[in-house]
Amino acid sequence: MTKPSFVYVTYIATTPEKLWQAFVDTDVMRQYWIGPNAECARMNVSDWRPGSKWEHQRADGTQTVDIVGKVVESTPPRRLVYTWARPKDAADESKHSRVSIDIEPHGKGLVRLTVTHEDLERDPQMLAGISGGWPKVLSNLKTFLETGQALPRSPLPT
Amino acid sequence: MDIDKVFKALADPTRRRLLDLLHRENGQPLSALCVDMDMTRQAVTQHLQLLEEANLVVTVWHGREKLHYLNPVPLHEIHERWIGKFERSRLGALRDLKKKLEGDEDDKT
Repeated sequence: MTKPSFVYVTYIATTPEKLWQAFVDTDVMRQYWIGPNAECARMNVSDWRPGSKWEHQRADGTQTVDIVGKVVESTPPRRLVYTWARPKDAADESKHSRVSIDIEPHGKGLVRLTVTHEDLERDPQMLAGISGGWPKVLSNLKTFLETGQALPRSPLPT
Repeated sequence: MDIDKVFKALADPTRRRLLDLLHRENGQPLSALCVDMDMTRQAVTQHLQLLEEANLVVTVWHGREKLHYLNPVPLHEIHERWIGKFERSRLGALRDLKKKLEGDEDDKT
């Protein structure tokens, strides 16, 4: 195993089951997974069985695929692992990086979510995009699960 | 996560320096961080502990080495809370201008 490129952690007031749904159910995903320029929602489409393919699609009707990969491990509601690549590199697994999503109960109605991305160093452009993307996705996800709304402007009512 | 802990952890130049070091190179063991810090190993460990409690640093075991990662998620939440989406490009332009005039890569303090 190589050293992870990024490790992101957030604590969310929810249940492991709801958090798991947020990573596998496109109806939930499209409500918080916003594209890098907030132009449209994104969703990850797959049957989430080990060995299956998955696609990162734009939810704007065009169904444009920006990222693809293969499901490595799927243990609901605890751990989901998949590879991550540009569509042109789909067949060349040596160019895939790897994402692990770990969900652990953290007492008192909190869940600890850890997203680890490995093997990104050989693709600096992808690394730059992802280092901006995951924190945004995770903070939207937290807000969505805790308040039912994504992208708040402020905790005060407006 | 307790936002007070995040601000408290950030209110110290040593801890900001540790975050800068991890931003420059993510995933470092304690020994590598100590090389750049002019203080005892014990003191560095204590600062890292506070950063970890604030969820600004996350540790991962890699073989026998404990690696420290900068976790920007709480900072992103602060950013989202007070910076509106229409302000971002103007603030970006101001930052670029400041950098250009001051000839500085990062804010060091």
